[in-house]
Amino acid sequence: MDLIFSLTLNGLATGMLFFLLAAGLTLIFGLMDVLNFAHGGLFAWGAFTGVWIYGLSGNFFVGILGAIVAGLVLGAITEYLIIKPVYGNHIQQILITLGFMLVLTEMLKVVYGPNQRAAQPPEYLDGSFTIGDVTIIKYRLFIILMGIIIFALTSYVLKKTKIGLIVRAGVMNKEMVQALGINIRLIFLAVFMVGSAMAALGGFLFAPYSGVIYAEIGLDYGIFAFIVVVIGGMGSLSGSLMAALLVGLAQAYMQYYVPSLALAVNMLLMAAVLLFRPQGLFSVKGVSTK
Amino acid sequence: MMKTLLKVDEINTYIDQFHILQNVSFEVKTGEVTVLLGRNGAGKTTTLRTIMGLNSASSGSVVYKDEDITKQNTHHIARKGIGYVPEDQGIFADLTVGENMRVAMQKEDDATKERMDWVLNMFPDLKKFWNKAGGQLSGGQKQMLSIARAYINENDLLLIDEPSKGLAPIIVEKVMESIQEMKEKTTIVLVEQNFYMASSIGDSFYILDDGMTVHSGKMNELKDDEVLKKKYLGIA
Repeated sequence: MDLIFSLTLNGLATGMLFFLLAAGLTLIFGLMDVLNFAHGGLFAWGAFTGVWIYGLSGNFFVGILGAIVAGLVLGAITEYLIIKPVYGNHIQQILITLGFMLVLTEMLKVVYGPNQRAAQPPEYLDGSFTIGDVTIIKYRLFIILMGIIIFALTSYVLKKTKIGLIVRAGVMNKEMVQALGINIRLIFLAVFMVGSAMAALGGFLFAPYSGVIYAEIGLDYGIFAFIVVVIGGMGSLSGSLMAALLVGLAQAYMQYYVPSLALAVNMLLMAAVLLFRPQGLFSVKGVSTK
Repeated sequence: MMKTLLKVDEINTYIDQFHILQNVSFEVKTGEVTVLLGRNGAGKTTTLRTIMGLNSASSGSVVYKDEDITKQNTHHIARKGIGYVPEDQGIFADLTVGENMRVAMQKEDDATKERMDWVLNMFPDLKKFWNKAGGQLSGGQKQMLSIARAYINENDLLLIDEPSKGLAPIIVEKVMESIQEMKEKTTIVLVEQNFYMASSIGDSFYILDDGMTVHSGKMNELKDDEVLKKKYLGIA
């Protein structure tokens, strides 16, 4: 029982990290039709910048803020310099964002040094507590709570605010949004920045979870974001959450029972979705934020 | 003499390698309904899209209220007071009727509220299905929503593309009635294949054929011109 609970909690925490990484990607793809293979780089930059600021300030929440700001700034730079010139051309987007992913990874080594960095959760989030026979690791619970908060906040903004309605409308019909007098370019930029900030936040939360970060984590974990987006349905936020939890749980259980198949199971799941339901498991029309 | 609100002067528009609009020119007078007529593929929809900046004109000009808007972005053009009802209605399928209207509203002042009252009075179905997703509406209700969205802002010009397309006759009557009423308050460019509707509402017309403006005049003249109607509109 303890094992099942522990694996499930681990899977949900991993899933929430995948959700934070994938949420921005799904909105960016859904609204902007942009394939951003540099998204994992923002995850890595968020991890390193957050850990650095956390180290300087000694305050974990200042670290969170630092990662978010790093994501916003890098997102703006990426959108303006890298993405803007290749709107509408998927081949160019893949090539330039893959290249930029490598640049972001190497730049991390230049700025923060080539070595791995250790990261610990703050004292109040470290360790575990038990309920009955079940041991609960505090930091994993914290990640799950953060994921729920971010999902609830993003869902609220998308469903209840005018800017959210415009983003959802833009996912469905960009031309019509413009014809109603709305500057879709600014909306694109804002979504890109927020999506990048979510990835950066995911990166920082990942650091104490994993205990160590290295420059290539963006390359290693970026693939999960794409798996999640494909399974969940491109443009669907709730689809991404469900898919991320599914992928996280599959990862946790497979890593325990058949470690050599951990990544393969998620790849197979993605392949099956592409074959039998290419619009994603949780999306009605392929691009939906319902 | 009525003032010219919109002047389209010798515009040429390409879509990929196809030369769709070839020196299309026409003028729209303030307070009139100007109808663009022509067979399928004549270039009517592309003309409206070029005015809105959704297709780029490679040459020629679009002048609105004495300002050249040819190279301006679509959202700037819309903010100058041009409302657009596209051929496919452009409804945001996952948003409710209310949310579709909210996205469209550029202001939330008394004037907008007044127009909202008018719209809901004209199209009671929109009020009835306020919380229903746009994608679940019938074709006629979608058309009403599309027109309502364009009308909700203080637009001086409405571009309406084939509002009767695919609708039942009784709905066409309702849409016609709404355009007749809007005509009292705003200038309209109407693309329409339904000649009965076009001739009932229109003040002046331009006929497009193969991407060129081939005829123009007052609508009541066209009503009696059987040769022209047969040649360009296929009406016997």
